[in-house]
Amino acid sequence: MSRLLDVNNLKVNFKTYGGEVKAVRDVSFHVDKGEVVAIVGESGSGKSVTVQTIMGLIPMPPGIIKGGSIKFQGKEILGASKRELRKVKGSKIGMIFQDPMTSLNPTMIVGKQIAEGVIAHQKLSKKEAKIKAIEMLKLVGIPNAEERYNQYPHEFSGGMRQRAMIAIALACNPELLIADEPTTALDVTIQAQVLELMKDIQKKTDTAIILITHDLGVVAETAQRVIVMYGGMMVESGTVYELFENPRHPYTWGLLNSIPDVEGPEKKKLIPIEGSPPDLFSPPKGCPFAPRCKFAMDICVEEMPGNFEIGEGHLAKCWLNDSRAPQVEHVFAREEEKAIAVGSEK
Amino acid sequence: MVEKIEEAGKKNTAENLVEIHSLKKYFNIKKDVTVKSVDDITISIRKGETFGLVGESGSGKSTLGKTVVGLQSPTSGDIIYNGQNVLQLDKEAQRNVNKEMQIIFQDPHASLNPRMRVGDIIAEGIDAYKLFKGKDRTNRIYELLAQVGLRPEHAKRFPHEFSGGQRQRIGIARALAVEPKFIVADEPISALDVSIQAQVINLMEELKESEGLTYLFIAHDLGMVKHISDRIGVMYLGKMMELSNSDDMFRNPLHPYTQALLSAIPKANPRAVKKERIVLQGDPPSPTAPPSGCRFRTRCPHAMEICALQEPQWKEVEDEHWVACHLY
Ligand SMILES: Nc1ncnc2c1ncn2[C@@H]1O[C@H](COP(=O)(O)OP(=O)(O)OP(=O)(O)O)[C@@H](O)[C@H]1O
Ligand SMILES: Nc1ncnc2c1ncn2[C@@H]1O[C@H](COP(=O)(O)OP(=O)(O)OP(=O)(O)O)[C@@H](O)[C@H]1O
Ligand code: SF4
Ligand code: SF4
Ligand SMILES: [Mg+2]
Ligand SMILES: [Mg+2]
Repeated sequence: MSRLLDVNNLKVNFKTYGGEVKAVRDVSFHVDKGEVVAIVGESGSGKSVTVQTIMGLIPMPPGIIKGGSIKFQGKEILGASKRELRKVKGSKIGMIFQDPMTSLNPTMIVGKQIAEGVIAHQKLSKKEAKIKAIEMLKLVGIPNAEERYNQYPHEFSGGMRQRAMIAIALACNPELLIADEPTTALDVTIQAQVLELMKDIQKKTDTAIILITHDLGVVAETAQRVIVMYGGMMVESGTVYELFENPRHPYTWGLLNSIPDVEGPEKKKLIPIEGSPPDLFSPPKGCPFAPRCKFAMDICVEEMPGNFEIGEGHLAKCWLNDSRAPQVEHVFAREEEKAIAVGSEK
Repeated sequence: MVEKIEEAGKKNTAENLVEIHSLKKYFNIKKDVTVKSVDDITISIRKGETFGLVGESGSGKSTLGKTVVGLQSPTSGDIIYNGQNVLQLDKEAQRNVNKEMQIIFQDPHASLNPRMRVGDIIAEGIDAYKLFKGKDRTNRIYELLAQVGLRPEHAKRFPHEFSGGQRQRIGIARALAVEPKFIVADEPISALDVSIQAQVINLMEELKESEGLTYLFIAHDLGMVKHISDRIGVMYLGKMMELSNSDDMFRNPLHPYTQALLSAIPKANPRAVKKERIVLQGDPPSPTAPPSGCRFRTRCPHAMEICALQEPQWKEVEDEHWVACHLY
């Protein structure tokens, strides 16, 4: 499979009155052509900042890129100027935001916003661009596309705006589509429409997708690989099967145990993660999850765990995976009441 | 209309804490433009149960909740609380009833006054009803903080110093302060992280047991609604579409809208056999001009001729399983 995006050791800070927020602390991951990679994690864990950095959208100041590299199709795009960025990324990366109203231009008809993207990236005439834009509106399932072409964003419903955003992002045939919580603001039935659409397009065009979501159901249904973030770091990553069936980080266990089982007949008590997320002004020097982790050991507070390789492409940033650590096993809430420690010091 | 009054819980009136009869709440938003946010709804909520309310955005869930607890007065209809018709009570008696009915809101950021200390926020009801003063008031605040898993020293702090989940606990403590019997929880976890949602849900379930509470739980996360609810009502454009106990609803949804809603839930299991999903076409229609007959007909995969002509009746199709649809 060919490598599309390579993010290495990315670090991003923000200067604020309270001090410097370490929003992204050493994040590395990659995306291959045509695959769907989901990013999940606690609110404020740096998911949006990570993808905004890829898009060159971090406001500087207050943002500061502290280090790292982002290669798109082998070319460095981190720190590139706007013009250089445009040349490298060109029409190749599209983005969909959580709130379409903030990214659609309220004073311009929707059709034109799509057509402009087409013209900018594909060198078509105005007339051809309009035809293509109407095609895009149809593709994303907007009825009466010819009429809708001439309407303003406020005349669209929430779901239709989100679909219009997707149309704009797709108008330039991107090779990578970044979707930051594209369905969070939508109703369940509209969410289903938008997700079906994204899956459909991914299949048809072989576009790679980075999907940020907090819905583990959406992850299980759409992603091939998953990245779990906590406290500005990637704490676990692997295939969707590995993550759901052989998770090796206590935060991932906590996430999986916090969601109710829709299918089972009986009600099981939910097992929440106690405590609250870490302070990013002065993050602990050890594992960011340690204050909330019921398996925390002395070393966890003292020293940052490395990325332990669990299996092919499965990484977990947790000391429990060190051969000297006690054997702790995650037991699924569905099967057992809680995760239990099996045995002790080896 | 006879059937309507004989809705589910009516058979054993003694058990009902809250009965809502033909409740309507209309808003005139412009001259000649009316939103029928709650349009002729009859349900009852049993003592000690959690009644889950789901439905598309704008279907009238919050309006129903606010009207029941007296934050808004209904356009017409009756609300019976503990056997008393609330709307016919005198001021004093109504105040007492309102004290027993509290509401928790969705947004823990917006619903807490940022300039007030947490202790005073929690004591709002205590002060309004003059329940405790001085030292007793302080002790009551500490007791409430402990009940929701916060510490006494938190009373002196301001809301912005707390995380979302902690803020929602403050909202719950405020509601509990006046010892309510009935709590409307309007999307209490929607704004929270997955890991924090479970904390709040567990807390609500514990308090329900220890304080003998009854809940009207509004949410759009169907998984959570199933988890917490004994019975579930499904709303669409101001109308109740279906009502049953939560297991029946998930095992055997009758209304085409409920069927679509349930089939749209993504399952957190990558190996789940992907069932054919019912993807509804189009968007919910404008609430100011709802379709004639059945309000769901513009998106219903089973719509028939009669659906445009006649509004379906609210019927008990199976034991304790109510639905409004011409298919039944
Ligand atoms: N422009 C900014 N100025 C200051 N701090 C910022 C800015 N943008 C983001 N941050 C901080 O960076 C951290 C990471 O934020 P980010 O938006 O990436 O979180 P997230 O994982 O996307 O969370 P959510 O799930 O809530 O969207 C947060 O602590 C946030 O407050
Ligand atoms: N004070 C008001 N004035 C005018 N219209 C209102 C008012 N309150 C609610 N509405 C309208 O009534 C309808 C129902 O609103 P409501 O807030 O009850 O829906 P909801 O089911 O709670 O939706 P959501 O899931 O988005 O919270 C909407 O069309 C709304 O715009
Ligand atoms: S490194 Fe230690 S504190 Fe961090 S998740 Fe693993 S066991 Fe818990
Ligand atoms: S009454 Fe008709 S339109 Fe309405 S839900 Fe039933 S079949 Fe569909
Ligand atoms: Mg974000
Ligand atoms: Mg609401």
